[in-house]
Order: sequence, then structure tokens, then C-alpha cells
Amino acid sequence: MRQRLLALTATLAVGALTLTACGSRDEGNKGGSDGDTKVVIGLDAPLTGDLSALGLGMKNSVDLAVKTANKEKYVKGVTFELKALDDQAQPTSGQQNATTFVGQEDVIGVVGPLNSSVGEAMQKVFNDANTALVSPANTNPSLTQGLNWQKEKKRPFASYFRTATTDAIQGPFAAQYVYNEAKLTKAFIIDDKKTYGAGLAATFKGEYEKLGGKVVGTEHINPEAKDFAAVATKVKSSGAQVVFYGGEYPAGGPLSKQIKAAGADVAFVGGDALKSPEYIKLAGKSSEGDFATLVGSELEKLDSAKEFIANYQAEGYKDAYEAYGGYSYDAAWSIIEAVKAVTEKNDGKLPEDARKQVVEALQGVSFEGVSGTVSFDEFGDTTNKQLTVYEVKNGEHVAVKSGTFTD
Amino acid sequence: MNELPQQLVNGLLLGAMYGLVAIGYTMVYGIVQLINFAHGEIFMIGGFGALTVYLYVLPDGTGMAIALPLMIVGGVIAAVLVGVGAERLAYRPLRGAPRLAPLITAIGLSIALQQAVWAWYPDATKSLTFPELDLGPFEIGSVTLQGGDIFLIAAAPICMVILGWFVMKTRTGRGMQATAQDPDTAKLMGINTDRIIMVAFALGAAFAAVGAVAYGLKYGEVNFKMGFLLGLKAFTAAVLGGIGNIYGAMIGGLVLGVAEAISTAYIAEVPGMQQLGGQSWSDVWAFVLLILVLLLRPQGLLGERVADRA
Repeated sequence: MRQRLLALTATLAVGALTLTACGSRDEGNKGGSDGDTKVVIGLDAPLTGDLSALGLGMKNSVDLAVKTANKEKYVKGVTFELKALDDQAQPTSGQQNATTFVGQEDVIGVVGPLNSSVGEAMQKVFNDANTALVSPANTNPSLTQGLNWQKEKKRPFASYFRTATTDAIQGPFAAQYVYNEAKLTKAFIIDDKKTYGAGLAATFKGEYEKLGGKVVGTEHINPEAKDFAAVATKVKSSGAQVVFYGGEYPAGGPLSKQIKAAGADVAFVGGDALKSPEYIKLAGKSSEGDFATLVGSELEKLDSAKEFIANYQAEGYKDAYEAYGGYSYDAAWSIIEAVKAVTEKNDGKLPEDARKQVVEALQGVSFEGVSGTVSFDEFGDTTNKQLTVYEVKNGEHVAVKSGTFTD
Repeated sequence: MNELPQQLVNGLLLGAMYGLVAIGYTMVYGIVQLINFAHGEIFMIGGFGALTVYLYVLPDGTGMAIALPLMIVGGVIAAVLVGVGAERLAYRPLRGAPRLAPLITAIGLSIALQQAVWAWYPDATKSLTFPELDLGPFEIGSVTLQGGDIFLIAAAPICMVILGWFVMKTRTGRGMQATAQDPDTAKLMGINTDRIIMVAFALGAAFAAVGAVAYGLKYGEVNFKMGFLLGLKAFTAAVLGGIGNIYGAMIGGLVLGVAEAISTAYIAEVPGMQQLGGQSWSDVWAFVLLILVLLLRPQGLLGERVADRA
């Protein structure tokens, strides 16, 4: 009896380990069905955990790009395949995934990750292997412009690109809107101390103070905690009219809710990582009138995105494409374009050093994507610097202002 | 505006929740000297049990007046089943084994339970919305109380009174005290210690489930990871109050909660401490307090000095 129970315990423990390690793992086999060369486009995003809604939207969108390219036979002689790995929004997992990707020979380029902090951990692995990493969502300026970007821009990694614009633009854009258009002059600034959140909050603060706004308080929170009552009380007694939060919706939603519940009459404002239906769900009814900025123009209104949205719905994905779906599709497509350029230059065959050539070709791609014209500048940043401010109205994010950022 | 009363209330509410969960750690430790690291997950399962009743058992649109008691019952049943099942299947076979074995088992079980909910509960990969009480907010002087807080204010003292009465007055409760003091002698006196241990796990799980319902009502969501950080804090509260002492668990929880709220609010205002204040540092200050208390009173606030068992 005792031994049977021991065995059961062991089974449970093994079960736990297997579960932790679960995830799709398609073993690669060279060559498609009709003699095509098979290349793999990787995807790295949080597919489980708090941020999985965003991550799954990214995965589905890349999947759609891969399917579309295969269906149209967009690159002759090449079949694309998706390999998705889960980084759980952890830099350590991201780096392991990066090693896995560059270790698998047929991986030509990778889309991802979602989090700037994860991107930071992955860049070097990809750069050392001369493999392209195109992020649809990393917005921290230092990833492309170096740690010293405020003084001297210097690109640290040649193989890293992004279709999302940076917080260097997003924060100030939000500040201009809050101060000039919404006429809110007293701000309380909160961040979650992550690369993304702290960076965003700092750029917002800089521009807001430059415009003449007053920062009445700052606070750093631990996004893993769910009790923000003490912070909420501080916000209330500070007399702020607006709270700017540099961080993501899993903590942002409850934070907004608790601040409003404490009786503070504020608009809760943040970056792209708050522009999610999950935010409104978590923040509840009191999220009415909150703002979020998002890189690019409103996807639903762009002519260029109509086809993407229709195809996405036709595929019947279980999860919504969320904030980064369009940029993920564009990121994947930029890799596909680069592969096309490389194979065409090499008489329709994939060259030996395809990875390296794809990185070089990415620098020159230019095409009409979901979010508009997709191309990269000398730092690997997108040249598409449109942003949109969304306001929560009747439980939905509604675009209230689109514009191109100017200093 | 003076925000001190509000911050104290914030801390006491958070602390009451820590306390409800800490009871489970302290009771199990008091009786079998096991730190049940899976207790945070039992708390989480209590929350999911309550949500299941609301989502899948009750008809849509049931008022919270009827739904809430049934949700508590559902949460308690789910948590107790898992808690007792863990004891029966994972811990009992290891009783008498070196102490590290059940400890590692507890950590493994914690991961297994978390992942099981993640994998098999519908949509549990995201945070799930928990129904809220349509009450409040209540303004009392300069203090604002939310609807969800009312439940916690009522539930925590009631739970403590019931527990105190159970342990002091009932036959099983006295059996628990005897088993805690000396399991072998208790057995010789005719106490079914296996049953007593099971009751300790069940009671701890039940209080954790009540805590989880309070968590759901207060924050409006439950998720598969919610037990990890809260479990860690509750364990800290149990140690702070004196592990093995049920009142100590509640006191430890309250002290910890207040320490977090106060340090969030005021440390940054101390000259030169700007960088060390705010919510992200409140955990650090809470643990500084723990270390200070343990230096001065190694047995915890209400703990008794007991000779380590041979």
C-alpha cells in the first residue's frame, strides 16, 4: 500500500514536470511535400500566464502570415513553417528559447518577443548567430538605439528589428495629448520597474514637465502583487487629475480599479500594453474615460488591415489578434519578404548563409503591410511613426485621435 | 488630507486576508511540523471552487445574496477535498521520512496544482473575472470602504471565533492540542492522530477558501498564480506571529499587512529614503520587520518557546 502511494506521488511529481514543459514541439524534417525547401519562422511570446492574451494573438497572426505565404506560393521553392515557443514573459525563458531557435538550423528568423525585458535577453544570442529577430511589440528605445539613446544613438545589434515604434515617441505623444487636448495638468506617475514600464514612464514625465504639467507624485509598484490600496490612497491625497502608468494591463487593470475605488477622480493613462479588452475587464466599470496610446493607426479603420482582419476571422482563431496582431503579421511578412529577396538573388534557391543574408535583406524591405508601409531605419526601428490615442467609452477602446509624432 | 486612518485600514484588510491563509500553515505545522507549501495553491483552488459554483452551477443572474453563501460552500468543498487529498496521498506516506522529503513533495504538489488548474480549468490561462458585491463604497470619516472589504471585515473575526471555540471546547479540538504537544502520547491516550491531522488540513483549507472568496470579491478576479505570492506572505505572517499558534497567525497577518501599507505610504517621505519607498519596496520592509522580530523573539510574536524535538 505504502509503495503504491509512493508511486502515485512520484507520478504526480512527474506529471507536474511534464506539464511545466508542455508546449508544441514540431520536430523539423527537411523538405516539403513537393520538393520545396522548408524554412521555419519562429515565434517567441508569452503563450501562458497573465499576458497570454497578447501572446496568443501574436502567435495566431504569425501563423496567418505563414499560411498566406504558403497558399500564395509567395516565395517560389520555399515553404514556411511556424515554430512557437512560450517565454512566459520571463527574460530567462526568452533566452533559452533564443538558444533553441538559433540551434535549429532551418529557423530563418524569429518574430517576438512581446516584452522589452525579454527582448533585451534575446538580442545578443540572435546577433551572435546572425539571425534576424523582429519584434512586433518591444517599445523600449535602448533595444535599437543603445543604452545611451538620449544622448547618443548607437545601434547595439544589427540583427534586431521592430515593427513597433518606441516609448521615446509613445510617452511624449501621450503627454502631449493629456496636457494639450485633455487639459489635465497634475499627474501622478506610476511604473512597474520593468524595462518597458519604467522607460515609458520616464519619457512621459520628461515631455509632460516640458509642456508645463506638474508631477504631484511618483510610485513604483510590484506587478505581481494585487493589493494596491496603499498606493491608491496616496494618489487620492495627492490631488492628481491623471495617473500615468508605465506597465501592462494585468497589474494596470486592478491598479486603475483600486485608485478609482479609493475615491480619486482621475483618468488612468498608459501605453500600448493597456490597450486590451482584458484591461477594461479587469479595471471594471470605472475604466470609462481612461486613455491608452497605441503605435500605428487604428487597425479596424485602416484599409490596409481589412484583408488581415477578414482572413484572421476566416481562420477561426480562438483568441483575438489583440494589440500586436497586425504588427506580428507585418514582422513575419518582413521576414518572408527578406527570404524572397534572398532566394531571388540566388537563382530561386536558398543560399548557404541564408540567415545572414536575410538580416541584410531586412534592412532594405519595404512593403504595404497591415499597419501601413513597413520598412526599417538605420537603427532597425520602423519608419511608420503613427500613433493613436484610445479612450474607454461604453466598455470599449475607441480611437479619439490619430497622429504622426512631431517634437 | 490625513491619509493615515485609510492606510491603516488598507493594511488591516490586507492583513486579515493573510491571516485567514496563515491559519492553515500554522495548524499543519503545529501538528505535523510540516510546512505545507502547497497551501497557497489550496487557497487558489478555493477561489476557483467558488467561481465554479457561480459560473456553472447557479443559473445566470442569481443575486449575490443567494450566490455568496453557496460560493463559499463550493470553495470550501473544493479546497478541503484537495487539502485532505494532498495529506492522504502525498504527505501521509511520507510521515516519518526525513523532514526534507515532505517539504520537497509540498513544493512539487504546489507546482502540480497550479499547472493543473492552468491546463484544465476553462480559460484559466488568463485572469478570470470574479463576481462582485453590489455594495458601497462606504465613507466613514476619512476612510473609504469598498463593498468587497465588508465581507472580509465580517468573515475574518467570525472565522477566528469559530476556530478558537473549536480548538478549545470540542473533543476533536482538544485532541488537536494533545497531538500538537506529543503525538505519540496522544496516540497512547486513544486519540486517532491520523484523523486529527486530516481535520487540521481540512480546517486550514476551509479558512483558506474563505480567504480566497474575500480575495475574489476584493480584487474582482482570480487566477492560477494568485496562491504563490499570497501563500508566501501568509507563511511569513504565520512565522511572524509564532508558527503553531492560531491567534499568532492572525496577529502576524495584521502586522504584516499594516507594515506593508505604512511603508508604502511613508518611507519615501523620510528624508534621504526616497529611493527606498513605495509599493515595490514594501515587501522588503515587511521582511526587515520579520527579521527584527525574529532577532528579538525567535519564537514569533505569540509563539511559545519549545525545545526542538529530538
